Amino acid sequence: MAPPAVSAPLLEVRHLRVEFPTRRGTLVALDDISFSIAPGEILGVVGESGAGKSLTGAAIIGLLDPPGRVAAGEIRFQGRRIDNLSYEEMRKMRGRSIGAIFQDPLTSLNPLYTIGRQITETIQTHLQVSALEARSRAIRLLQETGIPAAEARIDQYPHQFSGGMRQRVVIALALAAEPKLIVADEPTTALDVSIQAQIIALLKRLCREHGAAVMLVTHDMGVIAETCDRVAVMYAGRIAEIGPVHEVIHSPRHPYTVGLMGSIPAMDADRERLLQIDGAMPRLTSIPRGCAFNPRCPRAFDRCRIERPDLIDAGATRAACWLHATAPQELVQ
Amino acid sequence: MTALVEVRDLAKVFDVSPPWLNRVVERKPRLFVYAVDGVSFSIERGKTLALVGESGCGKSTVARLLVGLYAPTRGSVRYDGLDASAARASDGRGLRRRMQMIFQDPYASLNPRWKVADIVAEPLREHALVAGEQQLTERVGQLLSSVGLAAQDMEKFPHQFSGGQRQRISIARALATEPEFLVCDEPTSALDVSVQAQVLNIMKELQRAQGLTYLFISHNLAVVRHVSDQVGVMYLGRLVELADKARLFNQPRHPYTRMLLDAIPDIGMSGRSRIPVQGEVPNPLAPPSGCSFHPRCPHANQRCKSERPPLQTIGGVSIACHAVEEGRI
Repeated sequence: MAPPAVSAPLLEVRHLRVEFPTRRGTLVALDDISFSIAPGEILGVVGESGAGKSLTGAAIIGLLDPPGRVAAGEIRFQGRRIDNLSYEEMRKMRGRSIGAIFQDPLTSLNPLYTIGRQITETIQTHLQVSALEARSRAIRLLQETGIPAAEARIDQYPHQFSGGMRQRVVIALALAAEPKLIVADEPTTALDVSIQAQIIALLKRLCREHGAAVMLVTHDMGVIAETCDRVAVMYAGRIAEIGPVHEVIHSPRHPYTVGLMGSIPAMDADRERLLQIDGAMPRLTSIPRGCAFNPRCPRAFDRCRIERPDLIDAGATRAACWLHATAPQELVQ
Repeated sequence: MTALVEVRDLAKVFDVSPPWLNRVVERKPRLFVYAVDGVSFSIERGKTLALVGESGCGKSTVARLLVGLYAPTRGSVRYDGLDASAARASDGRGLRRRMQMIFQDPYASLNPRWKVADIVAEPLREHALVAGEQQLTERVGQLLSSVGLAAQDMEKFPHQFSGGQRQRISIARALATEPEFLVCDEPTSALDVSVQAQVLNIMKELQRAQGLTYLFISHNLAVVRHVSDQVGVMYLGRLVELADKARLFNQPRHPYTRMLLDAIPDIGMSGRSRIPVQGEVPNPLAPPSGCSFHPRCPHANQRCKSERPPLQTIGGVSIACHAVEEGRI
């Protein structure tokens, strides 16, 4: 499942901290996030609303909404630091090196321009090609994303496309300048299940063909299971567990991941009651001391309430949980 | 066992024609959307019927028709033997008390200017179910604790609660009149999975404890599988398959049901083979001729393109498909 270990990761995030200064003090939205993505790899980032998964994506593509800012740590792309680039330098990276796909395909396309103009504009901004060449590339991209009669539809406007077709256009747009990494933030959440399956399959196939790595942000564990090589589970602005998808889903090591998996209704097993994690994720203003999950954790002990765990090797995955500091195999589902 | 809710040939047509002047001057035609087009089913007391389908298939319209928020264009809803259209009349109060609805978005369905106490007490006051303020407060406290909230929470405003807690307040409000029948329109689709599990568990416990009957609308098949006894699959305003839960999930018959089940991401990573899904839901303003699923159906033939299949019982399952009827699949 996991791609072979590559010496140089494509993207490396180290101790990333994102803060939002507010009148009532500084909110720490992301705290000490570290992970890397290998070339061609698909990394899933999963978590509940407010866990910081979209914010991680936004930090990588340099689109944090002010007053949010990277307060500490670094983001490296192909070995080069990108978190401190100027607006203009970052604008050149976006699209060319790092593409982005957002949740709502209607708002990520300009309603006043034909889709052909939007794609050729992207191609010509980043690549030295003639207008004619750009147009034929755009048509080829639309064909690749499965849009029927691409030659005719390239001159249509976004409102003339259905939701699923628009998301295909957005994918074509993200791939237009052949980026090495695509940050996809909930690309299928606005779509119906039957369309979601098509889009996920398409995204996976195209990124493999183009050799692009993907950071797939979603709240849907099923999408992660189908698509990703590795997955990072986020909770309250931190990574709770990271590891190969198969391991995280079938033998989660962090009690939060265990709860998350147990609360998903299964298609292949009947349960009278779903496993439930009581309470809700803390707000940024009141993140508990120690492990952020400790008030909801069925297995919390004294250390969890005082000291904050870092990611610790826990068998096949890495989990931010003190249970693994002492006896690694103690946690059985 | 008698059916509590019986729906016969229910239909709702929305007139979405351009304004009269445009029709006269620009010769634009009248346009109608057949949001619900001849749906029949019944729900037994204490059971859960789930309706599933993609956006625009008419499932929410069915929910609104059932509680009387829309008047049906055609067909009837019988509730415990009574004509449910009476619920829309001014003297239908007694009937309205017996059925309640839970909406999808707990941020939109609670008045942000009201305290929780007033939100939950509104149906009690409206139906004059309690005498005196003290009894009212007691009852609201009871209702809140029945959904896992504290009685003291009644002094708070909706914005002080998380999404899951708000949805519990909606459930408490719906339970205030001691209804027998709850219509739940996507009650958990705005919630995170761990919170969804809390709400689904509460709904199942309440059903067991109070013998509630549910109509559960959802697009999430895994959730439907968890809560329902019977499942109806809708496509473009019509039921295409109606069967017991076990049967529907183990032996789906209609090609659309199969496609929906195939489209669910496989979280178990069992590596089962899946038929790639074709196409998209057609425009409801111009539905295809014959069986409305035929442009996406791998088993469609000439008959499917011209003749609309009726819902009929084949092998114990209600199904609307020529291919199944002819034994082709």
